[in-house]
Amino acid sequence: MRLTVDHTSTYSYETGVSYALQQVRKRPVSLPSQSILSWDLTIDGAHWETSYTDHHGNLVDLIQLEPGVTSVSVSVKGEVETHDTSGVVGGHSQLVPLWLYQRHTALTAPAKGLRALAGKFSRHPAQDIGVLHELMAEIAGAVTYQTNETDSHTTAEDALQQGQGVCQDHAHIFIAVARLLGYPARYVGGYLMMTDRVDQDAGHAWAEAWVDGLGWTGFDVSNGISPDARYIQVATGLDYSDAAPIRGLVYGAGRENLVVSIQVQQ
Amino acid sequence: MIQRLCVAEDMAEGEEIFDEMHGFGEGVRAPYAGYDCWFDKTTPSALLKKSRDAQTFFRRTGITFNVYGQAEADERLIPFDLVPRIIGASEWALLVRGIEQRVKAINAFLYDIYHRQEIVRAGRLPERLIRENDAFLPNMIGFDPPGGIYTHIVGIDLVRTGPNEFFVLEDNARTPSGVSYMLENRETMLKMFPELFAQMSVQRVSGYPMALRRSLERSAPQQASGRPTVAILTPGIHNSAYFEHAFLADQMGVELVEGHDLRVVGGRVAMRTTQGYEPIDVLYRRVDDDFLDPLNFRSESMLGVAGIFDVYRAGGITIANAPGTGIADDKAIYSYMPDIVEFYTGQAPLLKNVPTWRCAEADSLSYVLEHLDELVVKEVHGSGGYGMLVGPAASKKEIAAFRKKLEARPSNYIAQPTLALSTVPVLTKAGLSPRHVDLRPFVLVSSDGVEVTPGGLTRVAMKKGSLVVNSSQGGGTKDTWVLKEG
Repeated sequence: MRLTVDHTSTYSYETGVSYALQQVRKRPVSLPSQSILSWDLTIDGAHWETSYTDHHGNLVDLIQLEPGVTSVSVSVKGEVETHDTSGVVGGHSQLVPLWLYQRHTALTAPAKGLRALAGKFSRHPAQDIGVLHELMAEIAGAVTYQTNETDSHTTAEDALQQGQGVCQDHAHIFIAVARLLGYPARYVGGYLMMTDRVDQDAGHAWAEAWVDGLGWTGFDVSNGISPDARYIQVATGLDYSDAAPIRGLVYGAGRENLVVSIQVQQ
Repeated sequence: MIQRLCVAEDMAEGEEIFDEMHGFGEGVRAPYAGYDCWFDKTTPSALLKKSRDAQTFFRRTGITFNVYGQAEADERLIPFDLVPRIIGASEWALLVRGIEQRVKAINAFLYDIYHRQEIVRAGRLPERLIRENDAFLPNMIGFDPPGGIYTHIVGIDLVRTGPNEFFVLEDNARTPSGVSYMLENRETMLKMFPELFAQMSVQRVSGYPMALRRSLERSAPQQASGRPTVAILTPGIHNSAYFEHAFLADQMGVELVEGHDLRVVGGRVAMRTTQGYEPIDVLYRRVDDDFLDPLNFRSESMLGVAGIFDVYRAGGITIANAPGTGIADDKAIYSYMPDIVEFYTGQAPLLKNVPTWRCAEADSLSYVLEHLDELVVKEVHGSGGYGMLVGPAASKKEIAAFRKKLEARPSNYIAQPTLALSTVPVLTKAGLSPRHVDLRPFVLVSSDGVEVTPGGLTRVAMKKGSLVVNSSQGGGTKDTWVLKEG
């Protein structure tokens, strides 16, 4: 499937920025499930400093905001040929040892709720896929998709206790429980083309678990499926903070407001 | 700051101690022949006067050492003893070969740990030691530092028990300190005893700052143009080693900077100058990993430079030593150093390790628990002689209390026997008297090779019979002489 993406994030600040550096992870790489045909990144109100590949294999652009700006936008536009691999991304090509993906982070740290959820499952070597699909369904049942109830700092435990959240929270809960069950698991940020609309509400996020014999396998709790040809993977990491489209330090800007516009279409 | 461990408070009785001047009592050893001859012609009272002059000199030049927890004295003079520690050319050559081998292995190990981890795959090092190690820095995975060097500056701590018996006590692969003492001790000795240096052929150490600068320049990233710009990053004046940072910057002729002097400009890390921002090619940082970059590590750090790690991964700067090198000087990893040396060099290690029991292993733990009164037990991540048990010097109550800590968290500890550390005489009011010593040679690594400065820091336990050489525990220093060939 050939998908086009047009995505702009615009930050506005109450007062002019005195100094700010941002890491931008908005450039997907080609994988068995996707070939990048074209991809352009443009920034306004900031300038590009440098680029590199981080330890998770994500392409990172470091940008510096122009002093005094009250608005910054980062846009990407591109075309990607996707392939339905039934959610299986396959082998682990990075040098990151798999055990690192079993490490809990601040956002996925397990407490009572997550442990209780994990207690309902056990790992059966021959039935990994079945167990993980059941886990996906269980989380979708326990945490209703609801915007504006959580934010990017909400932990998996809090979202679970709250019973409401968005794709990011679903992914964090899935990752946390999968790790408790002994699976290496990671966070994936990217795009999903919702077929009933052109303008998407937000970027998408899902989880991947390492399944022996298959490799990295995706689980989109919010939609109850494994990713197919409508998905584009942009960045991965131990949790949202590793894969966030934009993260950084902003000094002297007062309150920040973010407006996102995303179009994904065939 | 010089810190680290001691070996034991008191030796087992009756054990023979090797004195570097007098051997096992068979007479003055060859490296000390010239000194002995000179010493015979001087009077003790003249020497004692010089000793007092030396202390005044140090006070004036300001070599001091902040001892943690000693609130009443912010700065304190480290005792300096003016009897040199002398090492013969052939003894030194032996050490240099061993040090080169070890340092090459450490760099190969660090590369491997942050790439394919072949040593773990080969079953030669338990995965747990990397996995549970706080000094392992995931952000370094898959990155090739400029020139392939992780530890540009290394201090290998050695002890000696016989003419050819050297043991490595510790590898300081993060930020070995103390080199300023080596340089100042020598300068003081040259001032005090010019005639002695005229009689004996002692190798120079004064070339160290320029050798360090050259070595760092050779490790510049490819993006550097012209002669590389080097700078030293200090946490600031309140750091216990600030004197050393300032001293080295001055001696090397490079800028001493703090985090707030630097920022990312044009994809590089640049320092503020009167002519605007100037990019830095190589940063010798004396700021710990955690505090190096608030954008990538601890966000509350005021000591680092936001974005420096991004620039580093993009190839825009060399950070010396590389972030994440601390994993190589962890004490649990230390116990595997013989395997590490063999794995990466294909040769048997030339320098021995002190035998080490890893309390994480059940058999070792039960042995250690049964022999607590004979052993030195250290925290895996500890330093400076804090948080350790020196069995032979501990009371029954102290041993009992330590036993509880050890049983609660065995993997946090390793244990070593008390070694019969060599002695070198110090000057006392009653004449020469032997005191236990250790040695920290300073090693520079670049893509051109390994360079060991002929000398080093000799630390000496000033109390008779004591094996505690840490300056944080009242130890002193000596000038270290390496003689020329022939």
